[in-house]
Amino acid sequence: MAEHSRRSRSALLFDEADWNFDTLRRTYDAIEEVARKDLGLDVYPNQIEIISSEQMLDAYSSIGMPLMYHHWSFGKHFLTHERLYRKGARGLAYEIVINSDPCISYCLEENTMPLQALVMAHAAFGHNHFFKSNHLFKQWTDAEGILDYLDYARRYIARCEEQHGVDEVETVLDAAHALMPSGVFRHRRPRQPSLREAEEQRQRRRAAAEQNIYYLWNTIPNRPGDERERDAALLERKREMRLPEENLLYFLEHYSPVLESWQREILRIVRNVGQYFYPQKQTKVMNEGCACFVHYHILNTLHAEGRLTDGAMLEILHSHTNVLTQPDFDDPRFQGINPYALGFAMMQDIRRICDEPTDEDREWFPDIAGKGDWRDVLKHAWANYRDESFIQQFLSPAVMRRFRMFALSDVANETQYTVTGIHDARGYRHLRDILARNHDVATLEPDIQVVDADLLGDRCLHMRAMRRDGVPLDATSREATLKHVERLWGYKVELEETDPA
Amino acid sequence: MAHFVDRRLNPKDKSLSNRRRFLKRVRVQVKRAVDEAVRKRGIADVDRGESVSVPSDGVTEPSFQPAREGGRREQIFTGNKTFRAGDKIDKPPSGGVGGAGRQGSPDGEGEDEFLFALSREEFLDFFFEDLELPDLVKQSLKEITRTHPHRAGYSITGSPANINVARTMRNAFGRRIGLRRPKDKEARELLNRIFLLELVSSPTKEQREELIALRAERDEMMRRRRVIAYIDPLDVRYSYFEQQPEPNANAVMFCLMDVSASMGEREKDLAKRFFVLLHLFLNRRYEKTDIVFVRHTHDASEVDEETFFYSRQTGGTVVSTALVKMKQIIDERYPPSEWNIYAAQASDGENFGGDSAKCATILSQELMRICQYFAYIEIVEEEEARLINSEASGMELWEAYRQVADIWPNFARKRVSKASDIYPVFRELFARSHAGEKNG
Repeated sequence: MAEHSRRSRSALLFDEADWNFDTLRRTYDAIEEVARKDLGLDVYPNQIEIISSEQMLDAYSSIGMPLMYHHWSFGKHFLTHERLYRKGARGLAYEIVINSDPCISYCLEENTMPLQALVMAHAAFGHNHFFKSNHLFKQWTDAEGILDYLDYARRYIARCEEQHGVDEVETVLDAAHALMPSGVFRHRRPRQPSLREAEEQRQRRRAAAEQNIYYLWNTIPNRPGDERERDAALLERKREMRLPEENLLYFLEHYSPVLESWQREILRIVRNVGQYFYPQKQTKVMNEGCACFVHYHILNTLHAEGRLTDGAMLEILHSHTNVLTQPDFDDPRFQGINPYALGFAMMQDIRRICDEPTDEDREWFPDIAGKGDWRDVLKHAWANYRDESFIQQFLSPAVMRRFRMFALSDVANETQYTVTGIHDARGYRHLRDILARNHDVATLEPDIQVVDADLLGDRCLHMRAMRRDGVPLDATSREATLKHVERLWGYKVELEETDPA
Repeated sequence: MAHFVDRRLNPKDKSLSNRRRFLKRVRVQVKRAVDEAVRKRGIADVDRGESVSVPSDGVTEPSFQPAREGGRREQIFTGNKTFRAGDKIDKPPSGGVGGAGRQGSPDGEGEDEFLFALSREEFLDFFFEDLELPDLVKQSLKEITRTHPHRAGYSITGSPANINVARTMRNAFGRRIGLRRPKDKEARELLNRIFLLELVSSPTKEQREELIALRAERDEMMRRRRVIAYIDPLDVRYSYFEQQPEPNANAVMFCLMDVSASMGEREKDLAKRFFVLLHLFLNRRYEKTDIVFVRHTHDASEVDEETFFYSRQTGGTVVSTALVKMKQIIDERYPPSEWNIYAAQASDGENFGGDSAKCATILSQELMRICQYFAYIEIVEEEEARLINSEASGMELWEAYRQVADIWPNFARKRVSKASDIYPVFRELFARSHAGEKNG
C-alpha cells in the first residue's frame, strides 16, 4: 500500500499536450498538495471553469466579472478586444480569476495541458491565496457576497430600464462610470451589511432622501430669519454633509438635489463595484508577483518529483518567461515597469535573502536576512502590505541592480530631463522612494474633493483638485467629466485646481 | 477540493446586448460607413461584414485624469546603460524618452478613431434600414441557405447509428488476414482431426505423437483466436456526413439600366440598391446566381459591373434594344429549362418615341413567358414624384408597361424617388415566396 502510494506520487501527471477532465483533476490534486503542505497556502474553495475563446472575450468586456449589468461601454470593449484578437494582434489571457468565495477561475479551452497546470497553480492557488489573506481585500471586499451583489445590481438596473427607459438609465450610468475612479473611500469604510440588511437600508434611504429634498426646499432664501441664523444653518449643513468629501459618487448619491431615488441607487451600485476593484489597483505588483512565485515554486517542485515531463516544463517556462519579460527603457516594447516581473523578482529575492544573505542584505534587511524561513516571511508580506509599502519595505539593492533601474525627473519648463539616481549606493534609497510613490494609487489618481455646496444660494457645487507636483488635470477629459457631474448635481459645478500651500 | 465546470456549451454572446447598445450609440456613423460600403462593393458581395471606424469623441468614457504634460514628475526606468546621477538628457520634441515615457490613453485605444468590425447580420440590418422592409422579409433575407447532410467519407468516431458495417467488416477482415488469425474453417478441421484420432481405440505411436502435436496446435490456435479479436474497436468506421447547402436550381439575374446622360449619381445609387435587394433575395433562394449587366443608350451591350455603374456613355435612349439583347443572351447561355430568369430594369422613364410600344410587345410576347419575375423602376425626382401622384398618368414607357403589368402578374413596376420606395416593387415577390414556403 505504502509502496503503491509512493509509486503513484512519483508517476507522471500527464504526458500529452491535450487535456481532459481526468488529467485536470489529477494535476489539480497534485498542485493542491504542494500548495497546502509545502507552501501552506490558505485558499477559498476553487471552482475552475473551462470556457471558449468567445466566452473569454465576453468575460473581458464585462470587466472580468461573470455577471454584470448591461451598458454600451462593455460592448465597446468587447469590439476592441475582438478586433485585436481576430487580427492576431493580441492573444487572450490564459485565465481570469475572480475574487469570490468560491474562487472562480476561467481557463481557456485552447490551453494545452501544461498551460492548464500553469494556470491552475497561478490563479487557483496564487491569486486565490492573495485574495484570501491580503488585508486590503479582507477589509474592503466581500468575497462571499460579490456575486450576489452583482446579480442584484443587474436585476435592479434591468428593472430601472423597464420603468424609466434604457436611455434614462444609460445617462445615469455614463455619468456614474465617469466618476467611478473618484467614487471610492480611500480611508474609511462603512460596515458592510448583509443582503437583507442592504435591502432594508435601501428602503430607509429612499425615505430619508425624500426628506432631504424637502429640507432643501425649505432652506431656499428669502425666508424670514437673520443673517447669523442662516450662516449657522449653512455651517451646520456643511458639517452634516461631512465636507470636504473625496468620494464624489457618495456625495452626489446622498446630497444631489435633483436625483430620484432609483438614480441614487444606481450611483451606489457603480460606487460599490468601483470600491470592490480598488484593492486590486493597489496590489498589482504583489498580486501578480504572488501568483507567479506560487506557480513557479509549485511546478518546479512537481517537476523535481518527476511528475511533469521535461517537455511540459519547458513549455511552462516558455510562457512564464514571456509574461515576466521586462524590456529595457530603449526597447520599443517598454511600457513602464512590468508588475509581473517586478513582483516575481522581489519575492524570489526575499527567498534568497532568507536563505543565502550577503553582507549588504544583512545591512538592509537585518530582521529577515538569514532567517531561513522564507515561507513565513513571504506570507507575512502577502498579508500585510500593498504595492507601495511592499516596495518601500522589501525592494533590495540586488533587484535594483538586476533591473538596472534609474530615475528620471521631468520638469515642465526645462528642456532636459535629469537623471536623479541610478542603481548605486547613493541612489538605492532614492530609487526605492520614487518607485514606491509611483505605485501608490493615491498619487496616481487626481485628488479631487467636494469642498462646498452652496445650498442656500445658487446651489453651485464647488470642487477642488489638489495638484500634486504642479501636474494639472487633463483639460479635455476634465471638461467632459464635469458635464457628467453637472448632470448628476443638476446645477452649476465649479472645479478649482490649486497647488498645496 | 476543486469543482470543475465545463462552460463551453453555455450560450455565447453574453455581451450581445452590450454590443447592440454600443451600435445604437454610434448609429449615425455606422450607417454612413455602411452606405459607403454598399456604394463601393459589387452587388454580389454586399452581404459581408464590414470594418467600421467611428470618430471616438462620441464614445469616449471620460474621467478625471492627470495631464500628460506639465508639472514635475519623476519616474523609474529599467535597463540603464551609461547614465550616471546628475546626467542631463535632451527632451525629444514630442515628450517622453524615446517614446518610452509616454503612456497609452487610459483605456488602451487609439486617440482619434475607434475601429471595429460589423458582422454580416449587423451590416444587413443597417443596409435594410432605409429600405423599410417588413421584419419578416428582413429575417428571410438574412437567413443562410438550408443545408442537407451529404456523405463525405468515413470517420473513426461517430454515433452507433452511423456505423458503416461494410467498411468495418472489410477492415476487420484485412486485419485478421494480416495478423493471421486462424479461420473458423481451419479450427473446425483441426478439431475434427483430433476428434477422429481420439476415436482410435489403440493408436499407434505415430498417431499418439500426431495427437499430441495436434492438441498443441489446437491450444495455440485457440489462444491466437482469443487474442486477435474478430472485430476490434480499431476496425470500426462510421459514415461521415457533411452539411451541404441544398442544391437549388440556378438563377440568373439581368440588370438592365439606361445609362444615358440623364441618369446621374443619385439615380444610379438608387438603381444599385434596387439590384442589390433583388440579388439578396435570389441568393437566398438559389444556390448559384449569375448576374448579367446590360446597359443601353440607343444601343445595348453586355458589360461588367464596374462599367455598368461607373462609365458614362452618350447617345439617345432606345429601351427595346436592352430587351432584345437580354433575349439574345438568354438564347445563347441561359436556357429557361435550366435557369430561373429574373430581371430588374431601372430607367428614368425616357424613351425614343414609338419604341415603348415595341418594348411592351417584346415583353408580352417573348420575355414574360420565360421570366420568373420582371421588376421595373422608374427613378424620378422627388418634386416630380409629388406631382405625378397617380399611377395612371406618366410617360410613354410607363404607359406601355402598364399594359404588360395588366396581363402578367409577375411583372412589377414602381416609381422611385427615394430608397424607401424600392421595397414595394418586390412586395409581391416576397409575398409569393412565403406562400410557396407554406405550401411546400
